[in-house]
Amino acid sequence: MSNPAAPPLPPEPPLRPFPSPARAFVGGLWDGVGLPAAVLFASAIGFGSIARETGFPASLAVLSVFTVWGMPGQIAMVELFAIGASVLPIAIAAAGANARFLPMTVSLFPLLKGGVRPWAWAYLLAHFVSINTWVALMRRGPSLPLDQRAPYFAGFSLLCIGTGAVATAIGFALAGVLPRTLTLGLVYLSPVYFLMVFAGVRERGGAFSVVLGASAGPLLHLLSPEWGVPAAGVIGGTLAFLLDRKVLNRG
Amino acid sequence: MGETAAIAALIAASAATYIWRGAGVALASRIGVGGAAFEWFSCVAYAMLAALIARIILLPAGALNEAPFVDRVGATVFGLLLFFAFRRRIFVGTIGGLAAFVALAHLRSQGWL
Repeated sequence: MSNPAAPPLPPEPPLRPFPSPARAFVGGLWDGVGLPAAVLFASAIGFGSIARETGFPASLAVLSVFTVWGMPGQIAMVELFAIGASVLPIAIAAAGANARFLPMTVSLFPLLKGGVRPWAWAYLLAHFVSINTWVALMRRGPSLPLDQRAPYFAGFSLLCIGTGAVATAIGFALAGVLPRTLTLGLVYLSPVYFLMVFAGVRERGGAFSVVLGASAGPLLHLLSPEWGVPAAGVIGGTLAFLLDRKVLNRG
Repeated sequence: MGETAAIAALIAASAATYIWRGAGVALASRIGVGGAAFEWFSCVAYAMLAALIARIILLPAGALNEAPFVDRVGATVFGLLLFFAFRRRIFVGTIGGLAAFVALAHLRSQGWL
């Protein structure tokens, strides 16, 4: 990657800093309103309805938005709960489904270095990382002064988490009531939106990674439903890294 | 399958997820921006997210599985075409793909497809 801090998306409106860290927090909240919240709302409605079908209690399904905050892991949790799985298989499945948070945090948090004091707060902020919040900070973070990045990230994340919790409760309440076509549309919105987000990655190493990861993901998932996606990320990402850095940068 | 089992499942999934986040912060503290390790982790992050999205569309687990493969792929390709035709507008690609997908689902529910 030629410029590691390059935002994954072309910045559409000019991105300006906020007047203060407090305003950055409010700005983060407002940036969450719109497509990010709508997409999250739709997929959390889907999760709420799955939770109900599996017999998972409503209160704990909503709580899982706050404590897990990673939809594929939450879905694995309720589905294994439904078949009476014990704690260890549930932990392993959730770990496989949410393993992306390791590379996501490593690639995102250098943006916060120097702006989070004491650094121990980073261990709390890491809990907010999700595909939505990762994209938001990767995009807006580099244009902000160091002391505004964590407040912006926290504001954006809290809006998303709150939206997810409310939508999970709604999805639980409406399970089986919504027309099938509407339910299908709701669960399709998130993958199609993020596909566009990642199809728009222009920077060379990132674009190679997206293409190779997307090709390997479904294939490896057929071999291992639990670890196929993380393995595709490691293999596709490594190939993209080598191609970008070693092959094309030579000479 | 009582409340206790659900609480245990919740704690297990929460802890198993947080381990990755915590390890990510610990590694990020030790890795310099612009170095090879940082670039490798960034590539892996992009690839893993793309792998997940592709898996959800091609091999969905939940309700999405009820839609036929051709509908999911056809609507997605349509959305991507709009996305690139309209100067990579995320909104246009997303709404276009979603509209195509819902239209196909509706036609099937009416028995017209």
